[in-house]
Amino acid sequence: MMKRLLGIVPVVFGVVLLTFLLVHAVPGDPVEVMIGESASSADRMQLRADLGLDQPIYMQFWDYLNKLAHGDLGVSIHSKKPIVDLLAERLPATAKLALLALSFAILIGLPLGIIAALKVNQWPDKLANLFSLSISAMPHFWMGPMLMMVFALWLGLLPVSGMESDAAIVLPALTLGFGLAAILTRMTRASMLEVLHEDFIRTARAKGLTERAVILRHALRAALLPIVTVLGLQLGSLLAGTVITETIFSWDGIGRLLVESIEKRDYPVTQACVLVVALLYVTVNLATDIIYTKIDPRVRFAS
Amino acid sequence: MSLKHWSVWVLALWILAAIVASLVDFQPNQIHLDLILAKPSFRHLFGFDDLGRDILPRLLAGAQVSLLVVALVTSITASVGIMLGLVSGYYGGWVDRTLMQMTDVFLAFPGILLAIAFAAVLGAGLSNLILALCITSWVGYARLTRAQVLSLRQRQHVMAAESLGASTPRIMLKHMLPLLAAPLLVEATYSMAGLVIAEASLSFLGLGIQAPNASWGAMLREGVRYMLIAPHHVLAVGLSLMSLVLAVNVLGDRLRDYLDVHG
Repeated sequence: MMKRLLGIVPVVFGVVLLTFLLVHAVPGDPVEVMIGESASSADRMQLRADLGLDQPIYMQFWDYLNKLAHGDLGVSIHSKKPIVDLLAERLPATAKLALLALSFAILIGLPLGIIAALKVNQWPDKLANLFSLSISAMPHFWMGPMLMMVFALWLGLLPVSGMESDAAIVLPALTLGFGLAAILTRMTRASMLEVLHEDFIRTARAKGLTERAVILRHALRAALLPIVTVLGLQLGSLLAGTVITETIFSWDGIGRLLVESIEKRDYPVTQACVLVVALLYVTVNLATDIIYTKIDPRVRFAS
Repeated sequence: MSLKHWSVWVLALWILAAIVASLVDFQPNQIHLDLILAKPSFRHLFGFDDLGRDILPRLLAGAQVSLLVVALVTSITASVGIMLGLVSGYYGGWVDRTLMQMTDVFLAFPGILLAIAFAAVLGAGLSNLILALCITSWVGYARLTRAQVLSLRQRQHVMAAESLGASTPRIMLKHMLPLLAAPLLVEATYSMAGLVIAEASLSFLGLGIQAPNASWGAMLREGVRYMLIAPHHVLAVGLSLMSLVLAVNVLGDRLRDYLDVHG
């Protein structure tokens, strides 16, 4: 486990370096791009100094690291607020959305995958396959408007967008959740199919357990482990998906903050959003890895 | 006709449409003020958008952009990724460690987040969009190639070639690459489906090709705005996109089964 923890140090360093270089990928003069032609030369000098762009690049990076280590992500050019505060404002909304989406995905994907595996090559399996195939061809920016059209505009069941009512979270969470549910369905099916052929399942049946107990207590438990790994990895696509989903549904989370910062050319904010989401993702993956070794006796005893 | 054949036909149709649209000028940007948001009819199968532009020629122009991006990004990233993977897997040592460390860093950015960030700072436009997708899409090819090379190195025909004094490039290109073709082809197919979505996502965020030129992502964004009064717009674009992605994905599944590639 220590080895695993140390292993992410170079990755985190690389992530920081790459996000640092991001602003340097701006063609021409970043200051010009960010505040435009009309700004006075004093303003420009000020911004250049604020961003440290008057320093040599290695000093800039050192400065960036140093500030980062003290929890300082710089200041937004647009609102002049510390970026850490902006992120802290937006993070809970994204976390709420991601968690609900994850719950939806599990509630839809897990049962669907189990049923598909139990009725392999019969119509429930084919239906589940059709579901996961068509959903995976529906990106968030198509799924979102479709759900909006059906549930908010035609049926009038849920709010179109915004964050005013509690129900407003349902459509964006479904948008994000469906994509994950499709992957989960496929994974659960494959994993269950593998487990169902194992000897211990035959033993469980031979003991005279009910089919329900065999499936839920014996098969699902063993099948769950690879599913947990995939879920951890897929949380990343969920996080990336928040960028577009939050924009569509006017959900004030980190994803929307990122898009707003792009539109306003507030690159320090863009940079910080990307960094925070990537670090979140690395942390989630690390946590999944650790949980995985903790819950699987086979992995635990092997190492 | 089974679902499998359907995928090939749909893909062929879109490729044909893109080629035709690049040869014949269907005037996708022509505005008809009297036909703003007009519903589909026999003469204009998909109706008109909010500026009174015929949606069908715009869809074709969008397909052209989409397939152009996919073709360019795939050929560039596959070449670079395969080359890096070959070198990394074959030489091992610090070269391998450095390259794999680099891929780990790129993989730490979920989904298309990094591409969004790069496209944003590089500035909107088609060439920057392609550049941003290239920066982020080589990793899969490099990882896959490297993993395959590691096992191929132990094969007898490779060892035989080595002991006969074949040059390293010759071993890589003549003795390893042909055996890599099947898994790489499958990887490329799935990655192409991802690129169609990625291009549309970036255009949806306004980072791709600029107005008035058409791309599926930008059309979807325009369509969403008028979803309530003119659902035909968003439906036409969305279903087109979905049909292409679905076709490529099904083709990937089919190739995987046919070439017997696992994982």
